[in-house]
Amino acid sequence: MSRPVSNRRRTFLNQGAALAAAAAASSLGLPRVAGAQVPTIKLGVLHPVTGALSYSGQLCRLGAKIAIDEINAAGGIKALSGAQFEPIYADTPNPQAGTSEIEKLNEQGAAAVIGAYASAICLATTQAAAKHNLPHLVDVGVADQIVERGLKNVFRFGPGYRKITEDAVKFLQTMNISAGNPAKTVMIIHEESLFGTGTANLLAQELPKLNFDVKEVIKHANPTRDFANIVLRIKTVNPDIVIPANYYNEYALLVRTMRQQAVRPMAIFSVLGGAASSFKFVGEFPDIANGILDVNHWYNPKSKDALALRGKVDAMKDQFFTYEVFLNYETVYLLADAIERAKSAKREAIVDALGASTWDRHFMPYGPTRFVNGQNTGAQPMMMQVRNKDISVVLPSAYAESAPVFPWKG
Amino acid sequence: MPDFSILFAALLNGLTQGAVYALIALGLTLIYGVLHIINFAHGAALMLALYAVYFLYTRLGIDPYLALPLITAGMFALGYLLQRFIIGRASHGRDENILLVTLGLAIVMENLALFVFRSDTRTIETPYAFATVEIAGALIGIPKLAALAGAIVVTAGLYILMVRTDLGRAIRALAKERQGARLVGIDVEHVLAMSFGIGLACVGAAASFLMPSYYVNPTVGSGFVLIAFTVVVLGGMGSFVGALAGGFIVGIAESLGGLYGMALGLGENLGQLAIFVLFIAVLLIRPQGLFGARA
Repeated sequence: MSRPVSNRRRTFLNQGAALAAAAAASSLGLPRVAGAQVPTIKLGVLHPVTGALSYSGQLCRLGAKIAIDEINAAGGIKALSGAQFEPIYADTPNPQAGTSEIEKLNEQGAAAVIGAYASAICLATTQAAAKHNLPHLVDVGVADQIVERGLKNVFRFGPGYRKITEDAVKFLQTMNISAGNPAKTVMIIHEESLFGTGTANLLAQELPKLNFDVKEVIKHANPTRDFANIVLRIKTVNPDIVIPANYYNEYALLVRTMRQQAVRPMAIFSVLGGAASSFKFVGEFPDIANGILDVNHWYNPKSKDALALRGKVDAMKDQFFTYEVFLNYETVYLLADAIERAKSAKREAIVDALGASTWDRHFMPYGPTRFVNGQNTGAQPMMMQVRNKDISVVLPSAYAESAPVFPWKG
Repeated sequence: MPDFSILFAALLNGLTQGAVYALIALGLTLIYGVLHIINFAHGAALMLALYAVYFLYTRLGIDPYLALPLITAGMFALGYLLQRFIIGRASHGRDENILLVTLGLAIVMENLALFVFRSDTRTIETPYAFATVEIAGALIGIPKLAALAGAIVVTAGLYILMVRTDLGRAIRALAKERQGARLVGIDVEHVLAMSFGIGLACVGAAASFLMPSYYVNPTVGSGFVLIAFTVVVLGGMGSFVGALAGGFIVGIAESLGGLYGMALGLGENLGQLAIFVLFIAVLLIRPQGLFGARA
């Protein structure tokens, strides 16, 4: 039976007033009526969770969420009376969305933001955050311009693509020398955007210095619906090593087409390969993936913490332990450490604490953090090889689980 | 200059890839070309059909080619219901409304897929995924040859449907003069819905032929829908033979453009450019498209 209209209206007004009072109390930091006050720290978590990059964006968000939940469950930030992270998840499928989300986060009083996966989006979000001196931790965004514009609020935990490419070239040379220099020619296949083109240009510049003959550099569109032509070209040029620099879908299509057309170079060696350091790819195409080498973000395989996190993610339905997950996870912990040391959630204090960070309780092969112009100088990539449905670190030797198998005779 | 064997292989690749474009464009030429319904949801429908093929294979073990009747029937039903109960009703017969409704449907379908299936790219690995046939030195994948055969059969089927059956005659009557068709007793709403259903059934067939060599994710359709519109206009709106020929031409232009792009150091994406240069050239010389009737 329904109550009379006037009575319903009164109930609504009463409930509304109570809600408004509760909202005002929480925004002013006053204690709530029920339960003791737990201070919160608003943390913006920006990723492209819709649109073309949504697969990676969702994995990024997963990594950040796991870390936030863990930190909150373990009692929050001790130096701030157990303050809990209050994540504000935002979708940034493109740079424009990134800029407007930063403005919103600023108005909502975020203490810091992490994100935003893609280089082009990070360029926009870091710049927008700089206007408000909002600390911005870059989770992936490998373009070096992100940390080269003198923005004091920007910190990148992982390596940029110049460092990754330089190390990749060294790894390739080391591997080639130990095999007796069988490889002399390479061919680079890259996607057309900033990431692929930038990586390809750096590689084409560096490889000749180490006596590799770059036979051809081929750019392709996103999406490329058919790789048969490119593979035909690879067949004609017949390079010793094929280097793809592209995103997951195109990477997978390319190597599948290579298998179909029976093109088998000494190695498929990728830099930030879209699929070769992906357990999803390895699981779906174990035969094709076998033997592929990739230089990418990776965790210290000897770290128990890393393996524990991997176990946790593997146990989740349809989730994979990818660099998006663990880089975001660690970036949240890096921020938590800075806030602990700053003993404050004020933006200036966090920026100062990050600038002086020497955090070493992570599972990346970076050593203690040391930021110069916002870049963690110890950050480095590793070289992995797919072997029997698993991904094994093969270089640098300090972290290697096994030696690279090269040339690959699969 | 690439040698003949490479050129021949690229030509074959273009032809087989063009067959996939033709399959997608066949449904569109019926909906867009005959009924003048600008169906922005065509790409989203392809995405749904690809998911259907994926789940039938991974969950029930039904091969994509054996799933073809199921997928086409399912897509036909979806198309019929969409036109009858959503597009037809919401658009009140106005072209600009139809455009907005189908655009809205595309957004809803893609975001529903993102919500339900998440953004993972999914692929299937059939036993014949890497099987090839050697034709004069060129290795052509079995799934691509199947798509070529499929495109020809579907085109022939649609042609017969349009020319030999009452439904085909009704569709053509509707395309020419809607009020006239109504006056002679044709159930316009039913025929419109049937046409839309047949259009989506073609997309279902395209998905069955595409999935063994491609992938699916919520945004996969957007990579094909612009090409499909190009094929329809290039071939001549409403012409099935035009859609087939247009598909082949676009596929070959893309393939050869890419090949020469690579040979000239301009990148494989020159193939994409070649499609639209050819498209503009054809429209300049023959505005009604290759097989289109002059307005």
